[in-house]
Amino acid sequence: MDSSRTPTWRWLFIAAAIAVFAGLFAYVGGWIAPNRLTPKKIVDTLEDNAGVHPGYRRNHSKGICVAGTFTSSGQAADYSIAALFAPGDTPVVGRFALPGGNPYAPDNSVPIRSFALRFTQSDGQQWRTGMNSMPVFPVATPEAFFAQLQAGRPDPATGKPDPARMKAFFDAHPEASAFLKWVKTAKPSASYATETYWGLNAFYFVNEQGERQAVRWEVVPEQAMDDTASPDTSDPNYLAFDLEQRLASGALRWRLLVTLAAPGDPVDDATKTWPANRPQIDAGTLVLNQVQPQDSGECRDINYDPTILPQGIEISSDPLLPARSAAYADSYLRRTGEEAHLPSTSRPGDAHLAGSKHP
Amino acid sequence: MKSTPTAFSLPARILHWLMAVLVLAMLFIGVGMVASVSERHQWLIGLHKPLGIAILILVLLRLYVRWRYPAPPLPADLPTWQRMGAYLSHSALYALMLAMPLVGWAMLSAGGYPITLGYGVQLPPIVPAGPALFSVLRYAHQYLAYLLFLTFLLHMGAALYHGLIRRDGVLRSMMRGKRIEE
Repeated sequence: MDSSRTPTWRWLFIAAAIAVFAGLFAYVGGWIAPNRLTPKKIVDTLEDNAGVHPGYRRNHSKGICVAGTFTSSGQAADYSIAALFAPGDTPVVGRFALPGGNPYAPDNSVPIRSFALRFTQSDGQQWRTGMNSMPVFPVATPEAFFAQLQAGRPDPATGKPDPARMKAFFDAHPEASAFLKWVKTAKPSASYATETYWGLNAFYFVNEQGERQAVRWEVVPEQAMDDTASPDTSDPNYLAFDLEQRLASGALRWRLLVTLAAPGDPVDDATKTWPANRPQIDAGTLVLNQVQPQDSGECRDINYDPTILPQGIEISSDPLLPARSAAYADSYLRRTGEEAHLPSTSRPGDAHLAGSKHP
Repeated sequence: MKSTPTAFSLPARILHWLMAVLVLAMLFIGVGMVASVSERHQWLIGLHKPLGIAILILVLLRLYVRWRYPAPPLPADLPTWQRMGAYLSHSALYALMLAMPLVGWAMLSAGGYPITLGYGVQLPPIVPAGPALFSVLRYAHQYLAYLLFLTFLLHMGAALYHGLIRRDGVLRSMMRGKRIEE
């Protein structure tokens, strides 16, 4: 071939090679895939709904840090090789919170409370879990969760979600019926300490033989619910006050109960409970004895990503789990960036709700 | 008398092409996993961490190989600005390949995350936990990745320019072994 003349195709080939790689990169990175649901879209919508509150989590923004110990009964050790299930103690840092993105929401504004835990094993492996005081989640997929967030966007006129849009959402999502049935009778509790918290998503325990058992867990309080107690709603932060009062006079205890699925029980659908006759094992006792404010406590800098698991616990095919992991990471980056006073990468916040409820 | 090399040594070529695949895969895994809420997210994160550590080990090996077996000289007639460009872009590639795994490791350390590589293999933290440091390192990891991808595009474009336009043996020196002994 004559090397003194360069055919155009050679230049075109080089340009095409660069364009193909750049285009693929842009597609995989989501820049030219506008319809893909991304963590950013979920967290942006949380900010749309509740305003931007720098330094706070974008969901479950209002909370309080706790710490204590998990004492294993040893009973879960047949099902999982996780070191924390062997008889013995594991330190725990937890966080109680309210769902929603407003860190100033009054405690009686929602009937749901949440409880996140981080267990740190002596080998450095960790188990992080985020639980809620309800037995089922309203939706089964990240797409439906995103649609629910969009439907729940407050009407600027009333500051509350538009009932017609919420109704349209629930009409289109019959899988939410178990949640709706539960929420109808749920009342905002007077205490974090008397609630049961469910892990909602299914996971697998893996034992020494490599056998995988589908499980769900819940923590059940030893503190009795006092039905006559009505919260002092003149204090919007009565839950934190109650927790401090209770811990001042003694430790609080929960039992960690693990439900074992039977073959065929759904592991990918957090809207469905498993039949009530499934065996449960009492994996141990969680004892809380410390409380700290969330702006200075140890829980502040923890991302309670429920996919951070020790060996012996694995995620299931529940599609909410990777979505929680991805969205929590996005929220964590936003709030840690705010603590570092980096130029904001989230959009300029419309603070229409931020200032309205609380100074 | 020893001649100057006309091609890259076999270890250098193996490492180059192996790492080309790994680094490119890592860049796509990285941008893909942070832009996805699907099952891919967990699967990609599970790949990203051990691959990053593998690249860190390979780049150290590669720096040794580069020192042990010098690279063949560029063609004598190459314009100075292209010579400079080659030097700068190669330096940037080495620096970024070394920095990216370390920044990623430090970022997870600062975020208080356990640094797990799978099968129970766990690395110690290399910086103290702290939210401000985490966010700085997390953004550094992201923007250095974009810079690495741009440098890769430049590197590939330049390699093809040598191979298709100049046809001066530079691309061939990384494709095949020595053609001229002595």
